[in-house]
Amino acid sequence: MSAPSGQETLPTNKAPKINVAAARRRQRAGEVWREFCSNRSGLIGLVVLAIVIGLALLAPILAPAETLDVTRITAGQNEPPSWANPLGTDPSGRSVLAMLIWGARVSLLVGFSATAVSMVIGTVVGMAAGHFTGWTQAALMRLIDFFLVVPGLVLAIVLSSIIGPGVTTIIVAIGITSWAGTARIVRSQTLTVESRAYIERSWALGASNAHIIRKHVLPAVMPLVLANTTLTVGSAVIAESTLSFLGLGDPSSISWGSMLKMALDTGAATGGFWWYVLSPGLAIVGVVLCFTLVGRALESVINPTLRGR
Amino acid sequence: MSASQLVGAETAKDLDEPGRGTSWLRYVAMKAGGSLFSLVMVVLLGFFAFRILPGDPVRSLADGRQVTAEQMDILRKQYGLDQPVIAQFWRYLTDLFRGNLGDSYTYNRPVMELILDRLGPTLLLTGTAAALSVVLGLWLGQRTAWRRGSMFDKAHTGIALTLWSVPTFWLGLLMLLIFGGTLHWFPTGGMVTAGSTATGLAYVWDVARHLTLPMLTMVAVVYAQYLMVMRASLLEEMSADYLVTARAKGLREDQVRRKHAVPNALLPTVTLIFLTLGGLIGGAVTVETVFSWPGLGYLTFQALSAPDFPLLQGTFVVFSSIVIIMNFFADILYRVLDPRLRTA
Repeated sequence: MSAPSGQETLPTNKAPKINVAAARRRQRAGEVWREFCSNRSGLIGLVVLAIVIGLALLAPILAPAETLDVTRITAGQNEPPSWANPLGTDPSGRSVLAMLIWGARVSLLVGFSATAVSMVIGTVVGMAAGHFTGWTQAALMRLIDFFLVVPGLVLAIVLSSIIGPGVTTIIVAIGITSWAGTARIVRSQTLTVESRAYIERSWALGASNAHIIRKHVLPAVMPLVLANTTLTVGSAVIAESTLSFLGLGDPSSISWGSMLKMALDTGAATGGFWWYVLSPGLAIVGVVLCFTLVGRALESVINPTLRGR
Repeated sequence: MSASQLVGAETAKDLDEPGRGTSWLRYVAMKAGGSLFSLVMVVLLGFFAFRILPGDPVRSLADGRQVTAEQMDILRKQYGLDQPVIAQFWRYLTDLFRGNLGDSYTYNRPVMELILDRLGPTLLLTGTAAALSVVLGLWLGQRTAWRRGSMFDKAHTGIALTLWSVPTFWLGLLMLLIFGGTLHWFPTGGMVTAGSTATGLAYVWDVARHLTLPMLTMVAVVYAQYLMVMRASLLEEMSADYLVTARAKGLREDQVRRKHAVPNALLPTVTLIFLTLGGLIGGAVTVETVFSWPGLGYLTFQALSAPDFPLLQGTFVVFSSIVIIMNFFADILYRVLDPRLRTA
């Protein structure tokens, strides 16, 4: 835990100034990484995710955009899997595999961005609700409760139908409807941290609200937020596919959810075109499962009391 | 300033979770106050969200067709859109208290009437699905916890975790694909066979056949979390001393579980179940859409695809109110069930 003592006694003019706190955090990050690596299922999840992200980034090389141009397609409609099209073709003759790779881009992009929106709102509101007292706190708590209790999907539908369909819309809608859980966790952690003696010492030394929140509360809640983030990305990917499935996505771009919408609209499920129904769904389940595995592994590293659950 | 903040940190916990000492009246009043605030938020959001729409609602109503200026004026008057926002808001509020949610653009019928028509099917679907998943989840949950680490445990928690990662609507599509499209065991949509005039038992049978697939879809997604919660809360009880006592007096393992451990583990589980019931109704949106089940969720989807803003506003207000009120009852039930919280 303690930083190597040599670093503190070496403020010579030549050696670069070493930040003790940063060094300690680096060391702790190394410990977390080693502990994480000892969790096999978490590691598998991480590796699979890395592969999926790699495929999504390489989409223009693996499946050039022309192959998805409906006007230049040679394959027939709704063809079952073959050597030319390993996952068959969709109702307009496009390769399902190519669509899947392109769809990963939108699904992951929305998953990560919506999570970022949700985490920022959740952390800020949660810290404020834990730090401030009186009316501010009461108002924030009511706000958190409202967003916890109101059915998220219905609110997201209302929001996106107002803003109009598109990728940004979906990101905003998911972000706004999913932050309350994080705020709850962050708030209780804030309360725990702020009851400790070093915060009292900080108050006594004349620290401001901003100083206490930035320097003491934020570093203490960050590990929890990070573990929560990986779990949230998974549910954001599901939320994205659900909203796209309901027709709120960008009609011109392909995502896993919009592929499934087309599957329902063109009767692929009742017509028995299993390759078009199975592939996008399995992709969603696989990615979400990986995020869950990584999130649970991170959680057990950060919060040792959860181990063995 | 700083001193009050410090005191605040200690008393802060009382604000959101009334402690053990609070009286019944105070507890109910606090929970009711919170729910009331949420209801007011829903009502406000229901109005103002749909008023900040870019563009003229009458134009979207006309839907690209050629309309004269007079026709637009008539439409505006008909929906009260020619009045200032404050007057519109007052009309919305007074109408709401009379149970009037305005008229749907697409159906030309009062929104309230449409919603009441669709409420029954939604309650039927979510009710049966909830009952089945509670039974299944609790039963499997205690089994897995009791045989922790066994193959049985690993298999069931694995299945539960996987089902957790499955989007509800995709599971519905799979059901359609397997049981509807390929095996032709069950009908693929609606609540009754089109054109059927069956009554009595034949009608019940027809509805039951249509209900099976959407209900199973909901159960598969929902039971997993009940299983996980039941398992976790039973695991917490398993190291308790009173179980050692129970075994010491010679009870069989089965009796120890059923008579001593499970009743205690049930408490947190039951409250959680009631808290998730509200969310279950929200989950009906996708399932009903996949199976075109004529409930509130499908109505929301239809309102969204039109788009029919009065209808969407109505379903949002009604959906959210139902969920908020159910959560309020869950909070009250929590207090009734847990004797430790009752007196102090």
